[in-house]
Amino acid sequence: MNRPQTLTQKIVARAAGRAHVDVGEVVTCNIDLAMMHDSGGPRRLQPMLKRLGASIWDPSKVVVVSDHYVPAVDAESASILKLTREFVRDHKIERFHDMQGICHVVLPENGHLRPGMFVVGGDSHSPTGGAFGCFMFGVGATEMCGAVVTGEIWLKTPGTILLNWRGKLGPMVSAKDMMLALCKRLGMGGAEYQVVQYAGDAISGLPMFERMTLCNMAAELGAQVGLIAPDAVTEYFLAERGVTNIDTARWQGDAGAEYLRVEEFDASDLAPQVAAPHSPANSGPAAEQRGVAIHQAYIGACTGAKINDLRMAASVLRGKRVAPNVRLLVAPATARATAEAAADGTLAALAEAGAILMPSGCGACAGYGAGVLAEDEVCIASTARNFKGRMGASSSKVYLGSPYTVAAAAVAGMIVDPREVAS
Amino acid sequence: MTGRVWLFGDDIDTDMLAPGLYMRGGMDELIKHCLEAADPEFAKNVRPGDVVVGGRNFGIGSSREQAAQALVMLGVSAVLAVSFAGIFYRNALNLGLMALVCPEAKSIRQGQALTVEPENSRAIDPTTNASFACEPLPPHLIAMVRAGGLLAHLEQRLKASRT
Repeated sequence: MNRPQTLTQKIVARAAGRAHVDVGEVVTCNIDLAMMHDSGGPRRLQPMLKRLGASIWDPSKVVVVSDHYVPAVDAESASILKLTREFVRDHKIERFHDMQGICHVVLPENGHLRPGMFVVGGDSHSPTGGAFGCFMFGVGATEMCGAVVTGEIWLKTPGTILLNWRGKLGPMVSAKDMMLALCKRLGMGGAEYQVVQYAGDAISGLPMFERMTLCNMAAELGAQVGLIAPDAVTEYFLAERGVTNIDTARWQGDAGAEYLRVEEFDASDLAPQVAAPHSPANSGPAAEQRGVAIHQAYIGACTGAKINDLRMAASVLRGKRVAPNVRLLVAPATARATAEAAADGTLAALAEAGAILMPSGCGACAGYGAGVLAEDEVCIASTARNFKGRMGASSSKVYLGSPYTVAAAAVAGMIVDPREVAS
Repeated sequence: MTGRVWLFGDDIDTDMLAPGLYMRGGMDELIKHCLEAADPEFAKNVRPGDVVVGGRNFGIGSSREQAAQALVMLGVSAVLAVSFAGIFYRNALNLGLMALVCPEAKSIRQGQALTVEPENSRAIDPTTNASFACEPLPPHLIAMVRAGGLLAHLEQRLKASRT
């Protein structure tokens, strides 16, 4: 009974208390960690738990992050944040990160993830955790309620689509460009709630924060999970954050494991990409959108405001100024990213170029926080989604690009290939 | 269940179903804006029992279950789509909203009457008797939806474990 398994099958089998699971098999899995935020978490779960007369199965396996309504802008958001604080106190949840940044980045920064874990998150970008070799997927509030009451969740074991990237990204080309190209190639929802796993020498060469971007936007491909097998880069990143004794060798797909399909890509010839409104799949080379005038440039969100994203933007902006009549908003993904950016001169470069610094949180990306758009305004953002009306008025238009491309557009006042601004 | 059809295209996303601008307030306000970016008439004119029919990838985007909850509160009796985004699909069933994968959904017309029969894995046009095949939903999930969703199911499970 040593049939080869994918990494997905191995993690699911372990969580289901089995040696082996087949793709398509429905199993009940034990949850290693449940993550929820202020929007979909306590305020939604509290009335459900009350109705059930139930409590949380194991508070030590729950992480709560306030990142959506931060900082409060009115009485409603303030009361949501207050309720969240009372909830973690009442339920004795110790792993609570209040206004420290966006959950998907806060989680690994604080050492909550390790390879092989089976994790549910109350947010659709939960696949971000797959960058660390976790099987992590998003659920809604009612499902989260069931998960934290019982400590388990049912799952139809997904198959794996293997995306092999060879070569090396060129200058000013990033993981975000890989994802926008993949959204076009596979289509929104093209992964059909299976797992997408990234592999190949182009992936091995990427730092963890770039790998997180790949797994984060697996959501836009419609995947249940984005996954990268852990390696020395993973191990080093986690060790720096206090996570040691990880079994990298165990959490690899077996030789001979079956994949739904394998697709090959070359990172070397990829150009900076831009997705036009209103879909991440509506993408192509940035040069094809050259000349689209913008009102706002936004570096933010779990997808595009991690410390390395801020550094990318700063590398374009250093010694330059944001164009007149354009506003560049920068909302670092976490407080730690802000501190690191302050320490290494990144923040100074952003500020000197004319960027407006915003609080760490989900912010304008989902239309929740400051920085939303008026009717007919045009924005280019380092976020993951440009659905109609998501960032504000329903006639506003959002283009998506990498932090390089967003910064370059802020300088040029219009969409350009970032390599043009740099040269 | 029989209702009028509200027809939508591919990639109906959760920001259309539950716009982020209105997520801070209560559901009563949110549901007024449900699907307004796709059809401004929908929230105003949908009637209890009506059926929403979509194309590919219905419910792509956020995990916010208000997307499904808004349809429930507006009285939508079922959603049929060529395919669903994974999280939305689970949310819909968990909230007691019948969601059926219907590969033939594109043959269904705006405004027509439709009778949805989950137990028979199909929907029927009561006027012409034309039948649209749906993928079967396991009986235990049909039962969970009919009972009102996951919470009702959990209530039963907890009650059983306590006695």
